[in-house]
Amino acid sequence: MRYAGIDIGSRTIELVVVDDRGVAQDSLQADTGFDPIVQAKKLLSEVSFDHITATGYGRNLFEVAFDSPTVTEIKAHATGAWALFPGVFGVLDIGGQDSKAMSLLNNGRVKKFEMNDRCAAGTGKFLEIMARSLGYDIDAFGPEAMLAESYLNISSMCTVFAESEVTSLIAKGEGRREIARGLHESVVRRAAAMVNRAAGKGGDIVFTGGVAKNPCIVRSLAEKLGCRVFIPDDPQAVGAFGAALLTMQAHGGQ
Amino acid sequence: MGEDYRLMWQELGLDLEAHDALLGVLGQAYGDIYLAQKNRPLGMSYFDFVMSEVHGLRIRELLDEKKAGRKIIGSYCVFVPEEIALAANATLVGLCSGADFAVEEVERLLPRNTCALIKSSFGFKIGKVCPYLESADMVVGENTCDGKKKAYEILGKMVENLYVMDLPQVKSEHGKGLLKAEYYRFKKAVEQLTGIAVTAESLKQAIQTVNAKRAAIHRLSALRKADPAPISGLDALLANQVFFYDNPARFTESVNKICDELEQRVEAHQGVFPERTPRILISGCPQAVPNWKLPMIIETSGAVIVGEESCVGERGTRNLTSETGSTIDEMMESLVDRYFKVDCAIFTPNSERLDHIKEMAAAYKADGVIHYGLQFCQPYLMESIPVENALEEEGIPCLRIDTDYSMEDVGQLKTRVEAFIEQLR
Repeated sequence: MRYAGIDIGSRTIELVVVDDRGVAQDSLQADTGFDPIVQAKKLLSEVSFDHITATGYGRNLFEVAFDSPTVTEIKAHATGAWALFPGVFGVLDIGGQDSKAMSLLNNGRVKKFEMNDRCAAGTGKFLEIMARSLGYDIDAFGPEAMLAESYLNISSMCTVFAESEVTSLIAKGEGRREIARGLHESVVRRAAAMVNRAAGKGGDIVFTGGVAKNPCIVRSLAEKLGCRVFIPDDPQAVGAFGAALLTMQAHGGQ
Repeated sequence: MGEDYRLMWQELGLDLEAHDALLGVLGQAYGDIYLAQKNRPLGMSYFDFVMSEVHGLRIRELLDEKKAGRKIIGSYCVFVPEEIALAANATLVGLCSGADFAVEEVERLLPRNTCALIKSSFGFKIGKVCPYLESADMVVGENTCDGKKKAYEILGKMVENLYVMDLPQVKSEHGKGLLKAEYYRFKKAVEQLTGIAVTAESLKQAIQTVNAKRAAIHRLSALRKADPAPISGLDALLANQVFFYDNPARFTESVNKICDELEQRVEAHQGVFPERTPRILISGCPQAVPNWKLPMIIETSGAVIVGEESCVGERGTRNLTSETGSTIDEMMESLVDRYFKVDCAIFTPNSERLDHIKEMAAAYKADGVIHYGLQFCQPYLMESIPVENALEEEGIPCLRIDTDYSMEDVGQLKTRVEAFIEQLR
């Protein structure tokens, strides 16, 4: 049997298929675009599977279109992260437009979680817009920020206000890397506070979602939290992987 | 409905166009949220009728009462004693405060960071869409939270017949003395309004009427302890909401009729959702009609609500008034005793509320508690963190929600509520 999980996020869609032992066989990604169902169909046509579970903000659209069960991103990420790093204490997921932190019980289930408010402050979208206003490619944004010798304090977490703060720092002649570093630090402060609210201190965490690909965020977060921060090989696929494992469990797999 | 209601609304000074729009939204929401539910008790058809006539037939009844010489008193809070109004030949009704209306105009009078409930009460006044408010011969404001206290200063300029009741903030002898003095002052004001003096008989009768209404709700609540739950949280909330509008005797009879039906359901082990559906207790701010947002999210996410620790719920309706008094003073004392137990978050300290939440969680076999805080409602939001900590210490999962009446965060809330329910399974 082949079990699938699909994670329909605000920015990207991931599809993962696992076998009877919960080992990933296929992992695909596409942009969400303006019609997530069309994109999802395209991905589905590229793989074969027997059962599927949907997660992510588009899960209810998928549920209606394909009559599939759903789980929240929170449970999906917890399940995926626990399978990859058994015994881990907490999970932080920062995606395109939202972020969440959770602590796990010693069986991998969610103990407590926190989610960001209704705006996209401190998420992938925030970093993307800030990178653009500083003229960086998103992949270079983290590495460049790491090269800064010091960082400037960015007080606003609101994308709109932070952008004007950045503009005024540029006008003052401040260094591009230092501003970039300041923006990264502000995301980390917010993320660390969320992890502390959901999990407190006491163990290592897994960091998932697209923002986990940013090395500057990862390094600062580990320093700030004082713990190890594990990054999966494909942090964006953890939600879909978790959903695939839950599909497997629902059908009597391992 | 028909043209005669339109004439009635026009005579009340309502803005007909805005009012049509409001009824349109209300009807749509009721259809989508209430009528879409499965396995509803047949007795709920009474409440469907009440809701379809909430601005129609019920207003007609109130206006008929007025013609016959009764007075109508509008209230925004469970501290305003219905017994005193009834005993002096007046009818007490709850005033509209559960939906956003005329927000831009409201924000010219109140700061943006005022809670949705207060803003709503202003919106209904400015928009001229609340027939209860426009029918009222007296509108009672009360000094509960700072937001309401200061808002009544402004509302007083828009509503000629506003009466402000002071309330204690501490459960001391002194505080109780204040409540007593205020209830006597209120009694006098109502007597002046109606021209009819409260008598020992009329007060006794009024206490019995309101007790019967509360007892019917207690009976309904007790039936919700069963698993599977015989009635949805949405429907039970509606009964608690209509508590504030309906004719008391008819309400009591209708709720008891539903309870008869629910008893049979419990006996037959029938429920509105399957057995072992995760059970949620809601605790926090009041949910006035048509504020069904959170319960709708919870009950379409695979859980059932088994109780409301709320003013529109058990905080407001628990505890009957002692019926042993025979003189007016003895009965007034009993009323003060009963109302002084209401554990509103305006009191400090307010540990009784926390005890009650734990008690309810155990009694209704709740798997988790969702704390409902209205954004900018300082008293309940301040209590929400200690409530969460205390519940977690007892091993009761708790989710804190901080929201308003707008629909823009429904997607986000749904994810949080679903994740919380997954935690409980």
